[in-house]
Amino acid sequence: MDGYWLSALIWLPVIGGLALLFLGSGDRGDNPYSRLGAPLALAISMATLVLCIPVVNAFDSANAAMQFVERQPWIGAFNVWYYLGVDGLSLPLIVLTAFVTPLVIIAGWSAISRSPAQYFGAFLILEGLMIGVFCALDAMLFYVFWEAMLVPMFIIIGVWGGTRRVYATIKFFLYTFLGSVFMLVSLIYLYLESGSYSLLDFHALPIGATAQTLIFLAFLFAFAVKVPMWPVHTWLPDAHVEAPTGGSVILAAIMLKMGGYGFVRLSLPIAPDASQSLAGMMIALSLIAVVYIGFVALVQKDMKKLIAYSSIAHMGFVTLGFFLLWPILAHSGSTNGAALGIGGGMVQMVSHGLVSGAMFFCVGVMYDRMHSREIADYGGVANTMPHFAAFMVLFAMANAGLPGTSGFVGEFMVILSAFKANFWYAFLAATTLILGAAYTLWMVKRVIFGDVANEQVGELTDLNGREYFVLGVLAVAVLLVGVWPDPLVDMMAASVEQLVTQVSQSKL
Amino acid sequence: MHAIHLTIVLAPLLASVIAGLAGRYIGRAGAHWVTILGVGVSAVCSVLVLKHLMFDGGTVENYTLYQWAVLDGLSMEVGFLIDRLSAMMMVVVTFVSLMVHIYTIGYMHDDDGYQRFFSYISLFTFAMLMLVMSNNFLQLFFGWEAVGLVSYLLIGFWFKKPSAIFANLKAFLVNRVGDFGFILGIAGVVYFANTLDYQTAFGAAEAMSGETMVLFGDTAWNAMTVICILLFIGAMGKSAQVPLHVWLPDSMEGPTPISALIHAATMVTAGIFMVARMSPLYEYSEAALAFILTVGAITAFFMGLLGLIQHDIKRVVAYSTLSQLGYMTVALGVSAYAAGMFHLMTHAFFKALLFLAAGSVIIAMHHEQDMRKMGGLRKYMPITYWTSLIGSLALIGFPGFAGFFSKDALIEAVAHAHHDHSTTATWLAYWSVLLGVFVTALYSFRMFFLVFHGKERMDEHTRSHLHESPAVVWVPLALLAIPSAVIGWFTIGPVLFGDYFAGAIVVRPDHDALAALGADFHGPAGFVTHALKTAPLYLALAGVATAWFLWLQRPDIPARLAVRLAALKHLLEQKYYADALYLNVFAAGGRRLGRGLWSVGDRGLIDGLLVNGTARAIGFIGNRARHIQSGYLYHYAFAMVLGLTAMLAWVVWR
Amino acid sequence: MMSIGLGHYLTLAAVLFAISIAGIFINRKNVIVLLMCIELMLLSVNYNFVAFSRYLDDLTGQVFVFFILTVAAAEAAIGLAILVVLFRNRRSINVQELDAMKG
Repeated sequence: MDGYWLSALIWLPVIGGLALLFLGSGDRGDNPYSRLGAPLALAISMATLVLCIPVVNAFDSANAAMQFVERQPWIGAFNVWYYLGVDGLSLPLIVLTAFVTPLVIIAGWSAISRSPAQYFGAFLILEGLMIGVFCALDAMLFYVFWEAMLVPMFIIIGVWGGTRRVYATIKFFLYTFLGSVFMLVSLIYLYLESGSYSLLDFHALPIGATAQTLIFLAFLFAFAVKVPMWPVHTWLPDAHVEAPTGGSVILAAIMLKMGGYGFVRLSLPIAPDASQSLAGMMIALSLIAVVYIGFVALVQKDMKKLIAYSSIAHMGFVTLGFFLLWPILAHSGSTNGAALGIGGGMVQMVSHGLVSGAMFFCVGVMYDRMHSREIADYGGVANTMPHFAAFMVLFAMANAGLPGTSGFVGEFMVILSAFKANFWYAFLAATTLILGAAYTLWMVKRVIFGDVANEQVGELTDLNGREYFVLGVLAVAVLLVGVWPDPLVDMMAASVEQLVTQVSQSKL
Repeated sequence: MHAIHLTIVLAPLLASVIAGLAGRYIGRAGAHWVTILGVGVSAVCSVLVLKHLMFDGGTVENYTLYQWAVLDGLSMEVGFLIDRLSAMMMVVVTFVSLMVHIYTIGYMHDDDGYQRFFSYISLFTFAMLMLVMSNNFLQLFFGWEAVGLVSYLLIGFWFKKPSAIFANLKAFLVNRVGDFGFILGIAGVVYFANTLDYQTAFGAAEAMSGETMVLFGDTAWNAMTVICILLFIGAMGKSAQVPLHVWLPDSMEGPTPISALIHAATMVTAGIFMVARMSPLYEYSEAALAFILTVGAITAFFMGLLGLIQHDIKRVVAYSTLSQLGYMTVALGVSAYAAGMFHLMTHAFFKALLFLAAGSVIIAMHHEQDMRKMGGLRKYMPITYWTSLIGSLALIGFPGFAGFFSKDALIEAVAHAHHDHSTTATWLAYWSVLLGVFVTALYSFRMFFLVFHGKERMDEHTRSHLHESPAVVWVPLALLAIPSAVIGWFTIGPVLFGDYFAGAIVVRPDHDALAALGADFHGPAGFVTHALKTAPLYLALAGVATAWFLWLQRPDIPARLAVRLAALKHLLEQKYYADALYLNVFAAGGRRLGRGLWSVGDRGLIDGLLVNGTARAIGFIGNRARHIQSGYLYHYAFAMVLGLTAMLAWVVWR
Repeated sequence: MMSIGLGHYLTLAAVLFAISIAGIFINRKNVIVLLMCIELMLLSVNYNFVAFSRYLDDLTGQVFVFFILTVAAAEAAIGLAILVVLFRNRRSINVQELDAMKG
């Protein structure tokens, strides 16, 4: 299917968002145009979501090649192209982005009082840029989207954030920026070697062992920070705690996926031999993320921090799944089971987008009423907010990986794959069954269950219509992916299996 | 038939969704009618399925419902395997569930969460049916965890009670420890057989049993042993076997109907069912069977002892359940899967009956559960009294009652077991189940006498309101009492010694203890007369007599014994220190570890030293460096000239 | 009879340049002197240009001198203007007191 579908997906929200910025700052009282911000933003983001439907419909899931390709010269002197395309690895993430953004806008509908039009504008711009990252097939274009995305997020946290927002934004920005600069160096090196910025050309480029290792490490800096992997994860809890609810949701649901996406789109196919030699380290880091972070999450006193840490542990599954190919190859001599790991990682990313997003929404719902994120300030919320409690328990269960919810699908696949690599990988990965349940449900116990803890909890009001809608839509999505993941898995299967074939061949 | 299977599963689910989401609109009566209808339809259909299989010459049905996902050549599906094993479980689950639904109308009459409760128990029925009807490991795991979820929700049903929400978290986490092993076991099956489907995996069992895997150092482990033990760890969690038993007594914090349904009759037996279902795998690993046998033996005997010192009526029944689950596990360990399943079935009826009877007593006592404040209830609650008596007789294995057939057969099977390389385990198991009979009779009738006979120890106010429970409560008791009394007569022949489980349960001929028994089996009446010549009957009678003597005739003796054997009593009261160990070592240790990792690792090393340390280092250098900036133009100019000179010098003398 | 060659011109320019630099360093009182020193520095550069232009017989150097003279004039004008504004604001043109760039 030809046409400018991907361009439309990228630029509709970006241009719409820029237009919203011109509604001006100031709250609803000062600036009558501010009122228009939320409805307009919702309309634009819904239009983007609707645009996804024909794309998904026309997407040929049996075909592992890039589809909806657009290619226009951009900077001729350096052979840089405006080059877009999607395959089974990127399309699910694009749909996820388009799905989550309207929910974020609905969630912020009345919660944001300060310059709402610009807040929503920033989210729309962010949406377009994130879709751009997933679509870009030209390294420069990829890099531009990758960096540009930081700006709206920086502003969202820095302007609409909590009390320590300046520390958090600077930490967030420096961490991610430091990583990306190394990536840029690698991309330029690859351009000098191949004479092109096309990612597909990079995939086919033969590279020596040392160069591959350096490239892999440079990419690792960029992607490990985004994922985030232990030990470069400490920006995430701070950023989440200070970000407004919508910012946390987007951060957890989409931005972390950039790192995972980077691994499958760049690191693995460009530097397969380095990935092989460093797979042990990557798996070790992933398992540390699962186990170490699981214990750390257990003792958090701030709900958002707890969920942020649980995000790190869940993303550990993603990176674990991606790098299981080589131990499996070494152990059994075949790649059977590797696609299960990579596919499981991909499913885990989508699922985590839904579940952690929903968890942050839940915290946001409580924060809007109580203005506290401390677990100790709550207790017995189920007495006054029974409907909310039902949603929270559902999402907590999904976070703990209960079968029937989306949280289980990816974890299950990755554990199956890990067993094929090494029993102890699977053993350590499976501890998440215990740790995940422990930190999530212990929080639920202290926040949701019990008798009414204090007067403020006693005066809580249950969900309003908008909150009901947002959580309901997410609940349906979480259950749907959990009960019938086949459409999602089918969408990515061909690309994942092709990736396994491609990556298991040495480039030396 | 496929439509019927689907109806069986979906009727309770649909009812649960209606009661849960629309509970406010359909009201209390609406909620219980819709769920009873759902479960009733399911029960009727289950009976139809069983009838079809047993009498109408129906064949085993194994088919895929829909494809869950397929990746990497591994097809993950949702489907049903309907054979006589699952049909039996379906009938037991739906029948007990239906009884519990009806009973709940009376028990939860005044509760605010009436609709929610009905929604939960219907959801449980759905999950349990998914578990037993599954034809693959994925769906098994789904049902496995889903029943755990509903159990979590129901134990914490009264979520205002701190003890309830402590118990439900504990139950979920302990179960998760089991599931941790279980999912690894499933991963092992996928690793060696590359399938999630039962039949394909069973077909590959022989090949798998030849495989080895290296876990520690260089020792090669038999793959089948590893897989079977891992799967059994799941069963240990769900079926509350030592050392993962700690959650079951605490689960009594939940309302009594769910104690009957989930924590006695159905969910806790899922582990037994699972091992029986996996018998084609377990038959290839003697080591795993020996492990199962040992765990079951320990559970059967030592958990029964704990029942002796409990004062809470429900906890006595809970420990009795633990002990009986141990019996079933022992049966599995000697490859007498059919005996385990048979005991599971009879136990489901009489233990549900005992729990519901306990609930009936609790209603009458205005939610007082302490047996020290009961006594002499016989004349106030005749129906509860007689049904309890039937349940207790069935439990202790009085000849003719359901429990007698299953338990006696089980003990005989252990006696005939052929474990060439694990004679110690068999010996241990045999004495555990044999002495366990005495203990069972002792605690059962201790409870029975303390509640229904002897002095009336309740206060005057309670006594004046004592009366028999309403019909919705006693009708299920009566309906459960019937199978508890008689079902053994009809079923022992086909189930244990016939071909009921042919095809569903596989036993290797050299393991088959039941076959040896079957040679001497001449009908149920012969089985009863044979029992007169064996020890278990007399042990049970001795237990009843001892209970009568100790707690009715000379109540001072137990008190004096408690003083004499203070150390033993303390050990029992502390439940062998299992709870203390888990709470203080694992739970507190985990939190301490987490706090350590967080404060030292995350905040100290990574954030403190690396992240903020870098920022501090840069700040420090900048602070020193800024003193060079004096602000005077001539200093800058001088620096420029110096720099220029240096550069010139470098260019000239390079 | 010693003829005046390129070396003499260059020496003169170097001396002028050194004087101007010394003036910038040593003078701590008056901004006007600073401006004068800068002018002097430009002058020394011009000397070099003219000397080399003559020596190499290339007129480009002398054309350049005209540019520099123009720039110097403009610079002097702007410099003096800044000076006037500075004095108006701070009531002083003492170099020692002008340390707004202190780190």
